[in-house]
Amino acid sequence: MNATPLVLGIESSCDETGVGIVRGTELLANTVSSSMELHVRFGGVIPEIASRAHLDAFVPTLRAALAEAGVALADVDAIAVTSGPGLAGALMVGVSAAKALALATGKPLYAINHLVAHVGVGLLDPSIAAVTATGALPENLGALLVSGGHTEILRVHSIAEHVELLGATIDDAAGEAFDKVARLLGLAYPGGPAIDKLARQGNPKAVRFPRGLTMPKYMGTAEAPGPHRYDFSFSGLKTAVARCVEGYEAAGADVPVADVAASFQEAVLDVITAKAVLACREHAITTLLLGGGVAANSRLRELLAARCRSAGITLLVPAFSLCTDNGAMVAALGAQLVMRGVAPGGLAFAPDSSLPVSSISLPAAG
Amino acid sequence: MASAALVRLDIEELDIEEGDAGRVIVEAAFATDDTRSHAEVLAPGVRGLFADPLTEGPALDAIVVGTGPGPFTGLRTGIAMARTLAFVWGVPLYGLMSLEALAWDVLDDGGTHRARVAAGGFVVATDARRKELYWAHYAPDGTLLDGPHVGPAADITDLPVFGAGAGLYAEALAANGCTVPAGYAAAQPTARALARAAARRLAAGETLDDTTPLYLRESDAKVPGPRKRAL
Ligand SMILES: [Zn+2]
Repeated sequence: MNATPLVLGIESSCDETGVGIVRGTELLANTVSSSMELHVRFGGVIPEIASRAHLDAFVPTLRAALAEAGVALADVDAIAVTSGPGLAGALMVGVSAAKALALATGKPLYAINHLVAHVGVGLLDPSIAAVTATGALPENLGALLVSGGHTEILRVHSIAEHVELLGATIDDAAGEAFDKVARLLGLAYPGGPAIDKLARQGNPKAVRFPRGLTMPKYMGTAEAPGPHRYDFSFSGLKTAVARCVEGYEAAGADVPVADVAASFQEAVLDVITAKAVLACREHAITTLLLGGGVAANSRLRELLAARCRSAGITLLVPAFSLCTDNGAMVAALGAQLVMRGVAPGGLAFAPDSSLPVSSISLPAAG
Repeated sequence: MASAALVRLDIEELDIEEGDAGRVIVEAAFATDDTRSHAEVLAPGVRGLFADPLTEGPALDAIVVGTGPGPFTGLRTGIAMARTLAFVWGVPLYGLMSLEALAWDVLDDGGTHRARVAAGGFVVATDARRKELYWAHYAPDGTLLDGPHVGPAADITDLPVFGAGAGLYAEALAANGCTVPAGYAAAQPTARALARAAARRLAAGETLDDTTPLYLRESDAKVPGPRKRAL
Protein backbone atom coordinates (compact mmCIF):
# COMPACT_ATOMS: atom_id res chain seq x y z
CA MET A 1 0.00 0.00 0.00
CA ASN A 2 1.32 3.44 -0.97
CA ALA A 3 1.65 5.39 2.29
CA THR A 4 1.93 8.78 0.56
CA PRO A 5 0.01 8.61 -2.71
CA LEU A 6 0.17 11.55 -5.11
CA VAL A 7 -3.46 12.51 -5.70
CA LEU A 8 -4.99 15.20 -7.92
CA GLY A 9 -8.38 16.51 -6.76
CA ILE A 10 -11.03 18.35 -8.79
CA GLU A 11 -13.84 20.48 -7.34
CA SER A 12 -16.71 22.11 -9.26
CA SER A 13 -19.79 21.78 -7.04
CA CYS A 14 -20.60 25.51 -6.81
CA ASP A 15 -18.83 28.61 -8.13
CA GLU A 16 -15.18 27.64 -7.53
CA THR A 17 -13.24 25.59 -10.06
CA GLY A 18 -10.54 23.96 -7.97
CA VAL A 19 -7.64 21.65 -8.73
CA GLY A 20 -5.46 20.54 -5.82
CA ILE A 21 -2.55 18.15 -5.56
CA VAL A 22 -1.44 16.36 -2.40
CA ARG A 23 1.13 13.74 -1.50
CA GLY A 24 -0.44 11.83 1.37
CA THR A 25 -1.25 14.66 3.78
CA GLU A 26 1.22 17.11 2.27
CA LEU A 27 -0.32 19.97 0.25
CA LEU A 28 1.55 20.57 -3.03
CA ALA A 29 -0.89 22.79 -4.92
CA ASN A 30 -4.28 24.37 -4.38
CA THR A 31 -5.39 26.36 -7.44
CA VAL A 32 -8.85 27.91 -7.43
CA SER A 33 -10.62 29.94 -10.10
CA SER A 34 -13.80 31.58 -8.84
CA SER A 35 -16.70 32.85 -10.93
CA MET A 36 -17.99 34.88 -7.96
CA GLU A 37 -17.68 38.21 -9.78
CA LEU A 38 -20.10 37.00 -12.46
CA HIS A 39 -22.76 36.42 -9.78
CA VAL A 40 -22.44 39.77 -7.99
CA ARG A 41 -25.14 41.54 -9.99
CA PHE A 42 -27.58 38.70 -9.26
CA GLY A 43 -26.88 38.69 -5.52
CA GLY A 44 -26.37 34.93 -5.51
CA VAL A 45 -24.80 32.06 -7.45
CA ILE A 46 -26.57 31.43 -10.79
CA PRO A 47 -26.06 27.73 -11.59
CA GLU A 48 -25.98 28.09 -15.38
CA ILE A 49 -23.43 30.91 -15.21
CA ALA A 50 -21.29 28.91 -12.78
CA SER A 51 -21.41 25.88 -15.09
CA ARG A 52 -20.31 27.93 -18.10
CA ALA A 53 -17.42 29.36 -16.09
CA HIS A 54 -16.29 25.89 -14.90
CA LEU A 55 -15.99 24.72 -18.50
CA ASP A 56 -13.64 27.54 -19.44
CA ALA A 57 -11.67 27.51 -16.18
CA PHE A 58 -10.93 23.79 -15.94
CA VAL A 59 -7.91 23.23 -18.21
CA PRO A 60 -6.15 26.49 -17.21
CA THR A 61 -6.69 25.63 -13.52
CA LEU A 62 -5.36 22.10 -14.06
CA ARG A 63 -2.31 23.44 -15.88
CA ALA A 64 -1.61 25.96 -13.10
CA ALA A 65 -1.94 23.33 -10.35
CA LEU A 66 0.46 20.94 -12.07
CA ALA A 67 2.98 23.76 -12.52
CA GLU A 68 2.63 24.87 -8.88
CA ALA A 69 3.12 21.34 -7.58
CA GLY A 70 5.95 20.70 -10.02
CA VAL A 71 4.59 17.28 -10.94
CA ALA A 72 3.64 15.62 -14.22
CA LEU A 73 0.33 13.85 -14.74
CA ALA A 74 2.26 10.65 -15.29
CA ASP A 75 3.49 10.79 -11.68
CA VAL A 76 -0.03 11.00 -10.22
CA ASP A 77 -1.27 7.85 -8.44
CA ALA A 78 -4.99 8.67 -8.48
CA ILE A 79 -7.51 11.32 -9.48
CA ALA A 80 -10.39 12.39 -7.24
CA VAL A 81 -13.41 14.51 -8.14
CA THR A 82 -16.38 15.94 -6.25
CA SER A 83 -19.39 13.88 -7.33
CA GLY A 84 -21.87 15.60 -4.99
CA PRO A 85 -23.65 17.18 -3.29
CA GLY A 86 -23.78 20.46 -5.22
CA LEU A 87 -25.22 22.16 -8.29
CA ALA A 88 -26.01 19.44 -10.86
CA GLY A 89 -24.77 21.29 -13.95
CA ALA A 90 -21.63 22.49 -12.20
CA LEU A 91 -20.79 19.03 -10.85
CA MET A 92 -21.18 17.60 -14.34
CA VAL A 93 -18.35 19.74 -15.78
CA GLY A 94 -15.82 18.65 -13.17
CA VAL A 95 -16.91 15.03 -13.36
CA SER A 96 -16.68 14.94 -17.16
CA ALA A 97 -13.24 16.55 -17.11
CA ALA A 98 -12.08 14.19 -14.35
CA LYS A 99 -13.28 11.17 -16.29
CA ALA A 100 -11.39 12.39 -19.35
CA LEU A 101 -8.29 12.86 -17.22
CA ALA A 102 -8.60 9.35 -15.79
CA LEU A 103 -9.35 7.87 -19.20
CA ALA A 104 -6.42 9.64 -20.89
CA THR A 105 -3.87 8.83 -18.18
CA GLY A 106 -5.15 5.39 -17.18
CA LYS A 107 -5.20 6.48 -13.51
CA PRO A 108 -7.86 5.33 -11.02
CA LEU A 109 -10.69 7.82 -10.40
CA TYR A 110 -12.41 8.39 -7.05
CA ALA A 111 -15.90 9.98 -6.94
CA ILE A 112 -15.76 11.98 -3.71
CA ASN A 113 -18.36 13.40 -1.31
CA HIS A 114 -17.87 17.17 -1.08
CA LEU A 115 -18.95 17.41 2.56
CA VAL A 116 -16.61 14.69 3.74
CA ALA A 117 -13.83 16.38 1.77
CA HIS A 118 -14.40 19.52 3.88
CA VAL A 119 -13.41 17.33 6.85
CA GLY A 120 -10.53 15.56 5.08
CA VAL A 121 -8.88 18.90 4.33
CA GLY A 122 -8.10 19.19 8.03
CA LEU A 123 -5.34 16.63 7.46
CA LEU A 124 -3.48 19.13 5.28
CA ASP A 125 -3.47 21.85 7.92
CA PRO A 126 -0.61 22.27 10.39
CA SER A 127 -3.17 22.84 13.18
CA ILE A 128 -3.90 19.11 13.14
CA ALA A 129 -0.49 18.57 14.73
CA ALA A 130 -1.73 20.38 17.82
CA VAL A 131 -4.28 17.62 18.34
CA THR A 132 -2.66 14.42 17.15
CA ALA A 133 1.00 13.53 17.01
CA THR A 134 0.45 11.00 14.22
CA GLY A 135 -1.00 13.43 11.68
CA ALA A 136 -4.17 11.34 11.48
CA LEU A 137 -7.55 12.84 12.32
CA PRO A 138 -8.33 12.67 16.04
CA GLU A 139 -10.71 10.16 17.61
CA ASN A 140 -14.23 11.32 18.55
CA LEU A 141 -14.22 13.90 15.79
CA GLY A 142 -17.12 16.08 14.71
CA ALA A 143 -17.39 18.68 11.99
CA LEU A 144 -19.39 21.87 11.57
CA LEU A 145 -19.69 22.91 7.92
CA VAL A 146 -21.09 26.37 7.20
CA SER A 147 -21.10 27.85 3.71
CA GLY A 148 -23.26 29.40 1.03
CA GLY A 149 -24.28 25.95 -0.14
CA HIS A 150 -24.51 23.88 3.03
CA THR A 151 -24.86 23.95 6.82
CA GLU A 152 -24.26 20.62 8.56
CA ILE A 153 -23.08 18.95 11.75
CA LEU A 154 -21.25 15.67 11.10
CA ARG A 155 -19.88 12.92 13.25
CA VAL A 156 -16.73 11.42 11.75
CA HIS A 157 -16.32 7.83 12.90
CA SER A 158 -13.72 7.15 10.21
CA ILE A 159 -12.93 9.58 7.40
CA ALA A 160 -12.65 6.83 4.79
CA GLU A 161 -15.40 4.54 6.04
CA HIS A 162 -18.08 6.03 8.23
CA VAL A 163 -19.39 9.59 8.45
CA GLU A 164 -22.78 10.34 9.97
CA LEU A 165 -25.03 13.36 9.47
CA LEU A 166 -26.24 14.65 12.84
CA GLY A 167 -27.98 17.82 11.67
CA ALA A 168 -28.45 20.08 8.64
CA THR A 169 -30.39 23.08 7.42
CA ILE A 170 -33.91 22.26 6.32
CA ASP A 171 -34.13 25.32 4.03
CA ASP A 172 -31.46 27.95 3.26
CA ALA A 173 -27.76 27.45 3.93
CA ALA A 174 -26.33 29.92 6.45
CA GLY A 175 -24.22 31.67 3.81
CA GLU A 176 -27.28 32.01 1.61
CA ALA A 177 -29.14 33.71 4.48
CA PHE A 178 -26.23 36.16 4.84
CA ASP A 179 -26.43 36.94 1.09
CA LYS A 180 -30.19 37.50 1.17
CA VAL A 181 -30.13 39.69 4.27
CA ALA A 182 -27.19 41.68 2.90
CA ARG A 183 -29.35 42.45 -0.13
CA LEU A 184 -32.23 43.51 2.13
CA LEU A 185 -29.87 45.89 3.90
CA GLY A 186 -28.41 47.25 0.66
CA LEU A 187 -25.00 45.65 1.27
CA ALA A 188 -22.66 44.09 -1.29
CA TYR A 189 -22.49 40.46 -2.43
CA PRO A 190 -21.18 38.20 -1.01
CA GLY A 191 -23.12 39.07 2.10
CA GLY A 192 -21.01 37.25 4.69
CA PRO A 193 -17.98 39.55 4.77
CA ALA A 194 -20.18 42.66 4.39
CA ILE A 195 -22.38 41.75 7.36
CA ASP A 196 -19.42 40.59 9.47
CA LYS A 197 -17.73 43.97 8.95
CA LEU A 198 -20.79 46.11 9.58
CA ALA A 199 -21.94 44.04 12.57
CA ARG A 200 -18.81 45.05 14.48
CA GLN A 201 -20.28 48.57 14.71
CA GLY A 202 -23.75 47.37 15.70
CA ASN A 203 -25.48 46.07 18.81
CA PRO A 204 -26.23 42.33 18.48
CA LYS A 205 -28.97 42.69 21.11
CA ALA A 206 -30.73 45.61 19.39
CA VAL A 207 -33.34 43.36 17.76
CA ARG A 208 -34.36 39.97 19.10
CA PHE A 209 -34.62 37.87 15.94
CA PRO A 210 -36.04 34.32 16.08
CA ARG A 211 -33.72 31.35 16.59
CA GLY A 212 -34.98 28.74 14.10
CA LEU A 213 -35.89 25.21 15.27
CA THR A 214 -35.04 25.89 18.93
CA MET A 215 -38.54 25.39 20.38
CA PRO A 216 -38.99 22.36 22.67
CA LYS A 217 -41.20 20.59 20.12
CA TYR A 218 -38.26 20.56 17.70
CA MET A 219 -35.50 20.04 20.24
CA GLY A 220 -36.94 17.38 22.54
CA THR A 221 -34.44 16.13 25.11
CA ALA A 222 -31.16 14.23 24.93
CA GLU A 223 -33.03 11.04 25.85
CA ALA A 224 -36.00 11.70 23.56
CA PRO A 225 -34.69 13.97 20.78
CA GLY A 226 -37.24 16.04 18.86
CA PRO A 227 -37.42 15.88 15.07
CA HIS A 228 -34.92 18.74 14.53
CA ARG A 229 -32.66 18.68 17.58
CA TYR A 230 -29.49 19.46 15.57
CA ASP A 231 -31.14 20.96 12.48
CA PHE A 232 -31.24 24.56 11.28
CA SER A 233 -33.74 26.81 9.54
CA PHE A 234 -32.93 30.30 8.31
CA SER A 235 -35.80 31.21 6.00
CA GLY A 236 -38.04 32.48 8.83
CA LEU A 237 -35.19 34.62 10.11
CA LYS A 238 -34.77 36.21 6.70
CA THR A 239 -38.49 37.11 6.67
CA ALA A 240 -38.20 38.55 10.19
CA VAL A 241 -35.36 40.80 9.06
CA ALA A 242 -37.45 41.96 6.08
CA ARG A 243 -40.36 42.81 8.40
CA CYS A 244 -38.06 44.67 10.75
CA VAL A 245 -36.60 46.77 7.92
CA GLU A 246 -40.07 47.52 6.58
CA GLY A 247 -41.23 48.54 10.06
CA TYR A 248 -38.56 51.25 10.20
CA GLU A 249 -39.38 52.35 6.65
CA ALA A 250 -43.12 52.52 7.36
CA ALA A 251 -42.42 54.69 10.40
CA GLY A 252 -40.33 56.98 8.22
CA ALA A 253 -37.26 56.18 10.32
CA ASP A 254 -33.72 55.38 9.16
CA VAL A 255 -32.96 51.68 9.31
CA PRO A 256 -30.24 51.11 11.93
CA VAL A 257 -28.36 48.92 9.47
CA ALA A 258 -25.42 48.04 11.71
CA ASP A 259 -27.72 47.00 14.57
CA VAL A 260 -29.92 44.90 12.28
CA ALA A 261 -26.84 43.27 10.71
CA ALA A 262 -25.35 42.51 14.13
CA SER A 263 -28.65 41.17 15.49
CA PHE A 264 -29.23 38.98 12.42
CA GLN A 265 -25.69 37.63 12.52
CA GLU A 266 -26.03 36.87 16.22
CA ALA A 267 -29.28 34.98 15.63
CA VAL A 268 -27.67 32.77 12.95
CA LEU A 269 -24.44 32.13 14.80
CA ASP A 270 -26.05 31.65 18.20
CA VAL A 271 -28.10 28.73 16.89
CA ILE A 272 -25.28 27.24 14.84
CA THR A 273 -22.76 27.26 17.64
CA ALA A 274 -25.22 26.20 20.35
CA LYS A 275 -26.48 23.23 18.34
CA ALA A 276 -22.98 22.21 17.25
CA VAL A 277 -21.75 22.14 20.84
CA LEU A 278 -24.93 20.35 21.98
CA ALA A 279 -24.38 17.67 19.32
CA CYS A 280 -20.76 17.27 20.38
CA ARG A 281 -21.72 16.82 24.03
CA GLU A 282 -24.44 14.32 23.31
CA HIS A 283 -22.31 12.27 20.91
CA ALA A 284 -19.07 12.25 22.91
CA ILE A 285 -17.35 14.41 20.30
CA THR A 286 -14.18 15.91 21.79
CA THR A 287 -12.71 17.63 18.73
CA LEU A 288 -14.75 19.80 16.36
CA LEU A 289 -13.48 20.79 12.92
CA LEU A 290 -14.91 23.92 11.28
CA GLY A 291 -15.23 24.08 7.49
CA GLY A 292 -16.94 26.02 4.71
CA GLY A 293 -16.64 29.64 3.58
CA VAL A 294 -18.54 31.08 6.57
CA ALA A 295 -15.59 29.88 8.72
CA ALA A 296 -14.09 33.26 7.75
CA ASN A 297 -16.74 35.03 9.86
CA SER A 298 -15.00 36.57 12.85
CA ARG A 299 -18.03 36.32 15.16
CA LEU A 300 -18.52 32.64 14.30
CA ARG A 301 -14.92 31.87 15.19
CA GLU A 302 -15.17 33.88 18.42
CA LEU A 303 -18.47 32.43 19.60
CA LEU A 304 -17.63 28.86 18.61
CA ALA A 305 -14.21 29.06 20.27
CA ALA A 306 -15.76 30.33 23.50
CA ARG A 307 -18.51 27.72 23.58
CA CYS A 308 -16.15 24.86 22.67
CA ARG A 309 -13.74 26.00 25.37
CA SER A 310 -16.39 25.95 28.09
CA ALA A 311 -17.58 22.53 26.93
CA GLY A 312 -14.04 21.12 26.86
CA ILE A 313 -14.10 20.59 23.11
CA THR A 314 -10.97 21.17 21.01
CA LEU A 315 -11.74 23.37 18.02
CA LEU A 316 -9.81 22.97 14.76
CA VAL A 317 -10.09 25.71 12.14
CA PRO A 318 -8.02 25.05 9.00
CA ALA A 319 -6.53 27.97 7.07
CA PHE A 320 -9.25 29.91 5.23
CA SER A 321 -7.95 28.85 1.79
CA LEU A 322 -8.67 25.26 2.86
CA CYS A 323 -12.11 26.04 4.37
CA THR A 324 -13.62 27.42 1.17
CA ASP A 325 -14.36 25.03 -1.70
CA ASN A 326 -11.14 23.83 -3.31
CA GLY A 327 -9.53 20.91 -5.08
CA ALA A 328 -7.02 20.16 -2.33
CA MET A 329 -9.79 18.96 0.00
CA VAL A 330 -10.93 16.51 -2.66
CA ALA A 331 -7.37 15.32 -3.17
CA ALA A 332 -6.87 14.99 0.59
CA LEU A 333 -9.90 12.72 0.96
CA GLY A 334 -8.90 10.83 -2.19
CA ALA A 335 -5.49 10.16 -0.68
CA GLN A 336 -7.13 8.74 2.46
CA LEU A 337 -9.22 6.38 0.33
CA VAL A 338 -6.15 5.24 -1.61
CA MET A 339 -4.27 4.63 1.66
CA ARG A 340 -7.14 2.53 3.02
CA GLY A 341 -7.29 0.49 -0.16
CA VAL A 342 -10.82 1.65 -1.07
CA ALA A 343 -11.70 0.69 -4.67
CA PRO A 344 -11.97 3.56 -7.18
CA GLY A 345 -15.26 4.57 -8.84
CA GLY A 346 -14.50 3.86 -12.49
CA LEU A 347 -15.77 5.92 -15.43
CA ALA A 348 -19.50 5.12 -15.34
CA PHE A 349 -20.74 6.86 -12.17
CA ALA A 350 -23.11 9.85 -12.34
CA PRO A 351 -22.77 12.96 -10.19
CA ASP A 352 -25.47 13.22 -7.52
CA SER A 353 -26.53 16.75 -6.54
CA SER A 354 -28.00 15.47 -3.26
CA LEU A 355 -25.39 12.83 -2.40
CA PRO A 356 -25.87 11.88 1.28
CA VAL A 357 -22.90 12.36 3.60
CA SER A 358 -22.91 8.64 4.42
CA SER A 359 -21.73 7.99 0.86
CA ILE A 360 -18.05 8.94 1.17
CA SER A 361 -17.14 7.84 -2.35
CA LEU A 362 -19.21 6.26 -5.10
CA PRO A 363 -18.48 2.65 -5.97
CA ALA A 364 -17.83 1.58 -9.56
CA ALA A 365 -21.16 1.38 -11.41
CA GLY A 366 -22.48 -1.85 -12.91
CA MET B 1 -27.83 11.72 -27.34
CA ALA B 2 -24.21 11.00 -26.52
CA SER B 3 -21.87 9.63 -29.13
CA ALA B 4 -18.20 9.31 -29.94
CA ALA B 5 -16.36 7.98 -32.98
CA LEU B 6 -12.84 7.22 -34.09
CA VAL B 7 -12.43 7.77 -37.81
CA ARG B 8 -9.56 7.43 -40.29
CA LEU B 9 -9.47 9.53 -43.40
CA ASP B 10 -8.09 7.96 -46.56
CA ILE B 11 -6.57 11.11 -48.07
CA GLU B 12 -5.49 9.39 -51.30
CA GLU B 13 -9.03 8.39 -52.03
CA LEU B 14 -10.74 11.54 -50.89
CA ASP B 15 -13.02 13.19 -53.38
CA ILE B 16 -14.63 16.18 -51.78
CA GLU B 17 -17.00 16.76 -54.69
CA GLU B 18 -18.37 13.26 -54.54
CA GLY B 19 -18.73 13.40 -50.77
CA ASP B 20 -18.47 9.65 -50.50
CA ALA B 21 -18.70 8.54 -46.89
CA GLY B 22 -16.83 5.34 -47.68
CA ARG B 23 -13.56 7.16 -47.96
CA VAL B 24 -13.68 8.20 -44.34
CA ILE B 25 -13.29 4.94 -42.50
CA VAL B 26 -15.06 4.70 -39.18
CA GLU B 27 -12.80 2.53 -37.02
CA ALA B 28 -14.94 2.59 -33.91
CA ALA B 29 -18.09 4.38 -32.88
CA PHE B 30 -20.40 4.57 -29.92
CA ALA B 31 -23.81 6.18 -29.61
CA THR B 32 -26.74 6.12 -27.22
CA ASP B 33 -30.17 7.69 -27.54
CA ASP B 34 -30.53 8.14 -23.81
CA THR B 35 -30.33 11.93 -23.42
CA ARG B 36 -30.28 11.81 -19.62
CA SER B 37 -27.16 9.78 -19.12
CA HIS B 38 -24.23 11.65 -20.67
CA ALA B 39 -22.37 11.49 -17.40
CA GLU B 40 -22.58 7.75 -17.09
CA VAL B 41 -22.12 6.67 -20.69
CA LEU B 42 -19.86 9.11 -22.51
CA ALA B 43 -16.54 8.36 -20.79
CA PRO B 44 -16.93 4.56 -21.00
CA GLY B 45 -18.06 5.04 -24.62
CA VAL B 46 -14.93 7.03 -25.49
CA ARG B 47 -12.76 4.57 -23.59
CA GLY B 48 -14.23 1.74 -25.62
CA LEU B 49 -13.00 3.28 -28.87
CA PHE B 50 -9.41 2.56 -27.98
CA ALA B 51 -7.33 -0.55 -27.50
CA ASP B 52 -6.91 -2.00 -24.05
CA PRO B 53 -4.79 -1.09 -22.13
CA LEU B 54 -4.41 2.57 -23.01
CA THR B 55 -0.99 3.25 -21.50
CA GLU B 56 0.11 5.98 -23.90
CA GLY B 57 -1.89 8.55 -25.79
CA PRO B 58 -3.37 7.14 -29.00
CA ALA B 59 -1.92 8.39 -32.29
CA LEU B 60 -4.61 10.92 -33.15
CA ASP B 61 -4.20 13.80 -35.60
CA ALA B 62 -7.10 15.74 -34.13
CA ILE B 63 -9.92 15.67 -31.61
CA VAL B 64 -13.15 17.24 -32.81
CA VAL B 65 -16.11 18.01 -30.57
CA GLY B 66 -19.63 19.13 -31.42
CA THR B 67 -20.11 22.68 -30.14
CA GLY B 68 -23.89 22.63 -30.37
CA PRO B 69 -26.32 24.22 -30.35
CA GLY B 70 -27.85 21.68 -28.00
CA PRO B 71 -28.83 21.04 -24.38
CA PHE B 72 -26.35 22.95 -22.21
CA THR B 73 -25.32 20.18 -19.84
CA GLY B 74 -24.75 17.63 -22.58
CA LEU B 75 -22.79 20.19 -24.56
CA ARG B 76 -20.51 20.93 -21.64
CA THR B 77 -20.03 17.25 -20.86
CA GLY B 78 -18.67 16.65 -24.35
CA ILE B 79 -16.57 19.80 -24.55
CA ALA B 80 -15.05 19.33 -21.06
CA MET B 81 -14.09 15.82 -22.06
CA ALA B 82 -12.64 16.81 -25.44
CA ARG B 83 -10.63 19.72 -24.03
CA THR B 84 -9.19 17.54 -21.28
CA LEU B 85 -8.30 14.64 -23.58
CA ALA B 86 -6.61 17.04 -26.01
CA PHE B 87 -4.67 18.64 -23.14
CA VAL B 88 -3.43 15.32 -21.73
CA TRP B 89 -2.61 13.73 -25.08
CA GLY B 90 -1.22 16.90 -26.67
CA VAL B 91 -3.51 16.53 -29.69
CA PRO B 92 -4.87 19.46 -31.77
CA LEU B 93 -8.43 20.25 -30.72
CA TYR B 94 -11.25 21.57 -32.90
CA GLY B 95 -14.92 22.31 -32.61
CA LEU B 96 -17.58 21.90 -35.24
CA MET B 97 -21.19 23.01 -35.15
CA SER B 98 -23.20 19.89 -34.35
CA LEU B 99 -25.83 20.67 -37.00
CA GLU B 100 -23.14 20.29 -39.66
CA ALA B 101 -22.90 16.59 -38.81
CA LEU B 102 -26.57 16.21 -39.63
CA ALA B 103 -26.14 18.21 -42.84
CA TRP B 104 -23.45 15.83 -44.07
CA ASP B 105 -25.54 12.81 -43.14
CA VAL B 106 -28.16 14.23 -45.50
CA LEU B 107 -25.68 14.94 -48.30
CA ASP B 108 -23.88 11.59 -47.94
CA ASP B 109 -27.04 9.55 -47.86
CA GLY B 110 -26.35 7.55 -51.01
CA GLY B 111 -27.27 10.55 -53.11
CA THR B 112 -31.01 10.20 -52.41
CA HIS B 113 -31.39 13.50 -50.68
CA ARG B 114 -28.55 15.26 -52.45
CA ALA B 115 -30.60 14.83 -55.61
CA ARG B 116 -33.70 16.22 -53.96
CA VAL B 117 -32.05 19.23 -52.41
CA ALA B 118 -32.83 22.01 -54.85
CA ALA B 119 -30.70 25.05 -55.51
CA GLY B 120 -32.19 26.77 -52.47
CA GLY B 121 -30.48 24.28 -50.17
CA PHE B 122 -31.93 22.74 -47.05
CA VAL B 123 -32.34 23.22 -43.33
CA VAL B 124 -31.28 20.91 -40.51
CA ALA B 125 -33.11 21.29 -37.21
CA THR B 126 -32.96 19.75 -33.73
CA ASP B 127 -35.22 20.15 -30.71
CA ALA B 128 -34.40 23.21 -28.61
CA ARG B 129 -37.31 22.62 -26.17
CA ARG B 130 -39.54 25.56 -25.13
CA LYS B 131 -41.39 25.16 -28.47
CA GLU B 132 -38.27 26.17 -30.40
CA LEU B 133 -35.75 24.64 -32.79
CA TYR B 134 -32.01 24.91 -33.23
CA TRP B 135 -31.54 25.21 -36.97
CA ALA B 136 -29.17 26.14 -39.78
CA HIS B 137 -29.55 26.57 -43.54
CA TYR B 138 -27.07 24.81 -45.83
CA ALA B 139 -26.38 25.08 -49.57
CA PRO B 140 -26.55 21.90 -51.70
CA ASP B 141 -22.72 21.61 -51.47
CA GLY B 142 -22.76 21.71 -47.67
CA THR B 143 -21.81 25.39 -47.30
CA LEU B 144 -23.43 27.06 -44.29
CA LEU B 145 -25.71 29.83 -45.57
CA ASP B 146 -27.44 30.95 -42.37
CA GLY B 147 -27.40 30.03 -38.72
CA PRO B 148 -27.21 28.55 -36.25
CA HIS B 149 -30.41 29.99 -34.87
CA VAL B 150 -32.80 29.18 -32.07
CA GLY B 151 -36.44 29.99 -32.70
CA PRO B 152 -39.92 28.72 -33.54
CA ALA B 153 -40.67 26.55 -36.58
CA ALA B 154 -42.47 29.56 -38.05
CA ASP B 155 -39.07 31.15 -38.78
CA ILE B 156 -38.31 28.52 -41.46
CA THR B 157 -40.10 28.76 -44.83
CA ASP B 158 -40.18 26.95 -48.19
CA LEU B 159 -37.25 24.55 -47.65
CA PRO B 160 -36.80 20.86 -46.94
CA VAL B 161 -36.08 20.46 -43.20
CA PHE B 162 -34.11 17.47 -41.92
CA GLY B 163 -33.64 16.25 -38.34
CA ALA B 164 -35.51 15.50 -35.13
CA GLY B 165 -36.61 19.12 -34.87
CA ALA B 166 -38.39 18.77 -38.22
CA GLY B 167 -40.22 15.67 -37.06
CA LEU B 168 -41.49 17.43 -33.94
CA TYR B 169 -42.91 20.40 -35.84
CA ALA B 170 -43.81 18.73 -39.15
CA GLU B 171 -47.27 20.31 -39.25
CA ALA B 172 -46.12 23.84 -38.51
CA LEU B 173 -43.31 23.48 -41.04
CA ALA B 174 -45.67 22.14 -43.72
CA ALA B 175 -47.90 25.15 -43.15
CA ASN B 176 -44.88 27.34 -44.05
CA GLY B 177 -44.29 25.49 -47.31
CA CYS B 178 -41.51 23.31 -45.87
CA THR B 179 -41.16 19.57 -46.47
CA VAL B 180 -39.96 17.00 -43.95
CA PRO B 181 -38.21 14.26 -45.96
CA ALA B 182 -38.86 10.68 -44.89
CA GLY B 183 -36.21 8.98 -42.79
CA TYR B 184 -34.99 12.15 -41.10
CA ALA B 185 -37.84 12.99 -38.77
CA ALA B 186 -35.94 11.65 -35.75
CA ALA B 187 -32.32 12.13 -36.87
CA GLN B 188 -29.78 13.52 -34.40
CA PRO B 189 -26.21 14.70 -34.99
CA THR B 190 -23.78 11.81 -34.46
CA ALA B 191 -20.08 11.85 -33.66
CA ARG B 192 -19.54 9.56 -36.61
CA ALA B 193 -20.90 12.17 -39.01
CA LEU B 194 -19.19 14.99 -37.13
CA ALA B 195 -15.79 13.31 -37.43
CA ARG B 196 -16.43 12.61 -41.10
CA ALA B 197 -17.38 16.24 -41.75
CA ALA B 198 -14.36 17.49 -39.83
CA ALA B 199 -11.96 15.10 -41.55
CA ARG B 200 -13.27 16.21 -44.90
CA ARG B 201 -12.80 19.88 -44.03
CA LEU B 202 -9.28 19.35 -42.73
CA ALA B 203 -8.35 17.40 -45.86
CA ALA B 204 -9.68 20.21 -48.03
CA GLY B 205 -7.41 22.62 -46.19
CA GLU B 206 -10.37 24.38 -44.57
CA THR B 207 -10.29 25.59 -41.00
CA LEU B 208 -12.42 24.27 -38.20
CA ASP B 209 -13.80 26.23 -35.28
CA ASP B 210 -12.59 26.44 -31.71
CA THR B 211 -14.53 24.66 -28.96
CA THR B 212 -16.56 27.63 -27.72
CA PRO B 213 -20.03 26.22 -27.02
CA LEU B 214 -22.89 27.60 -29.12
CA TYR B 215 -25.39 28.13 -26.33
CA LEU B 216 -27.49 30.62 -28.38
CA ARG B 217 -29.45 31.39 -25.22
CA GLU B 218 -28.43 33.38 -22.19
CA SER B 219 -28.79 31.83 -18.76
CA ASP B 220 -32.26 32.45 -17.39
CA ALA B 221 -30.91 34.51 -14.54
CA LYS B 222 -32.60 37.86 -13.90
CA VAL B 223 -30.92 40.71 -12.11
CA PRO B 224 -33.16 41.17 -9.06
CA GLY B 225 -35.43 44.20 -9.11
CA PRO B 226 -36.40 46.34 -6.14
CA ARG B 227 -37.05 44.42 -2.94
CA LYS B 228 -40.52 42.94 -2.61
CA ARG B 229 -42.34 43.48 0.63
CA ALA B 230 -42.42 40.50 2.95
CA LEU B 231 -45.88 41.33 4.27
ZN1 LIG C 1 -18.39 23.38 0.28
